[in-house]
Amino acid sequence: MANIKDKIKNIYKKKNSGVMSYTIVIGLYLVMEILMKTGNLTNLIKSLLVPCVCYIIVAVALNLCVGLSGELSLGHAGFMSIGAFTSVVVSGTLEEVITNDILRLVIAVIAAALVASIIGYLVSIPVLKLEGDYLAIVTLAFGQIIKSIIGNIYLGIDEKGFQFSFIEDTTKISENGKMLISGPTGATGISRISTFTAAVVLCIIALIIVYHLINSKDGRAIMAARDNRIASLSVGINVTRTKTLAFVMSVMLAGAAGAIYGLNYSSISPAKFDFNQSILILVYVVLGGLGNINGTIIAATLLYILPEMLRSLADYRMLIYALILIVIMLVTNNDKLKNRINELLRRKKKHE
Amino acid sequence: MLSVKDLKVSYGAIEAVKGISFDIKDGEIVALIGANGAGKTTTLHAISRLLDIKSGTIMLDEKEISKMAPEKIVSVGLAQVPEGRRIFASQTVFENLKLGAYLRKDTVNIENDIKHCYELFPILEARKTQLAGTLSGGEQQMLAIARALMAKPKVLLLDEPSMGLSPLLVKEIFSIIKEINKSGTSILLVEQNAKMALSIADRAYVLETGKIVLSGTGEELINSDEIRKAYLGG
Repeated sequence: MANIKDKIKNIYKKKNSGVMSYTIVIGLYLVMEILMKTGNLTNLIKSLLVPCVCYIIVAVALNLCVGLSGELSLGHAGFMSIGAFTSVVVSGTLEEVITNDILRLVIAVIAAALVASIIGYLVSIPVLKLEGDYLAIVTLAFGQIIKSIIGNIYLGIDEKGFQFSFIEDTTKISENGKMLISGPTGATGISRISTFTAAVVLCIIALIIVYHLINSKDGRAIMAARDNRIASLSVGINVTRTKTLAFVMSVMLAGAAGAIYGLNYSSISPAKFDFNQSILILVYVVLGGLGNINGTIIAATLLYILPEMLRSLADYRMLIYALILIVIMLVTNNDKLKNRINELLRRKKKHE
Repeated sequence: MLSVKDLKVSYGAIEAVKGISFDIKDGEIVALIGANGAGKTTTLHAISRLLDIKSGTIMLDEKEISKMAPEKIVSVGLAQVPEGRRIFASQTVFENLKLGAYLRKDTVNIENDIKHCYELFPILEARKTQLAGTLSGGEQQMLAIARALMAKPKVLLLDEPSMGLSPLLVKEIFSIIKEINKSGTSILLVEQNAKMALSIADRAYVLETGKIVLSGTGEELINSDEIRKAYLGG
């Protein structure tokens, strides 16, 4: 028995194995499932489950970019948006062809991840060759541009095939067809095929990908390029390539999470994925700790649920939320307090 | 082995290196010495392709390397120990050494070579699980040298290995450089500490405002009046 305990302890102790992250996610999943099955969850909480997991995934993905590779991205909501609308179009188009919801969801998620990563790659080409915070500037603009572009797309499908127009709606969809994206209104009449389980499965897959990357040779190269550009070049690391790899992986996961997010609602508008949304995700990452995946998961969960819980406070809601953020910042950045806590913990250990 | 011909490098309109030529033969230690701003580091960066050259050629074993991408330079057999102990601070000593072998395909030998590095620098073995950023200055310099050796270079480029170290540590580092050279690696050493550099160099070149003003064997230069006056303090 003691042997098994030691073994488990070793797994947890091993740096970056990710066991802790999987435990947190699966643990949350089981608790929520049990509460749901026993009817102990309010409708409000139930409606928050899928988006919460989606934000966890995007936050973990963003940590790959900001924490691991040291490149600031301010446009991850834009990539979520690309994922969401891609999945809505794919799922809407295939609705009659593939009647199996799960299969359609999987195809939509893969398509969303692909489109997001291709666009992310194109965005990264001109900037990741440069030193400095250019990625932040470009992704900031990108988030705004993608919001405007999607807000002006009119795309419909009927028996004659796709009909597309930009800025003005000139599509003439017959009665048998439907609009997939209608400009600023976004997508409506989406068949909601996302499930909590699907979101958690994607989250686990995302964690496996991220941890695999962290522990691989490429992952060490990404961190090396973040730590010291010249030293990285001097050992033969292609800095541009590793930074591109981290960024594309990151937006790919953001796109996939966006797909699950989009297919969870009957309608979504492009305005939902604005600059504030990108900053919110960045807040999860910063509060969770740069490069700290476990912290990111916990921060994303708490900070996503918190404002919803505070809804009863009406107008004071964002005020309280902001105050809590400030307190967390102060506490986590306070060395004196940290030392104090560490000392207390040490004392406790001594007593044991 | 490594030969530089008529190398010119400029930063914008300012020419920092004004057409210098030198070479390193198999198994030699060659030192480039000179005062601050003479163009030593610029020359080294041009060789390791961290800087673009204006004109001239750099050849390694009959192969022109002056237009290669910086990360490719390592694969042809040139490893640089950059100035100022640029180590990967957030990774362990062991991981730093492993990254030194980033481009190597013979993965089976890497463990052995890490052991060899530990023999050369016993302190690194004692610190192998420690984050590199927590090492002392001397230890970081040793790690930077060991990391470069992990690439199995034919020529090792060292940029100011003595910078910021105590005289005792400088002595130790230089004796290790000598040892590395004995095991067959050619060395290009860029140093402000002319005395130390000349004491181990087979040959040396003196750089002054972007030009080579003097060259000779280490012994010749250490005994020359000009050098003594200019760099060794009388």
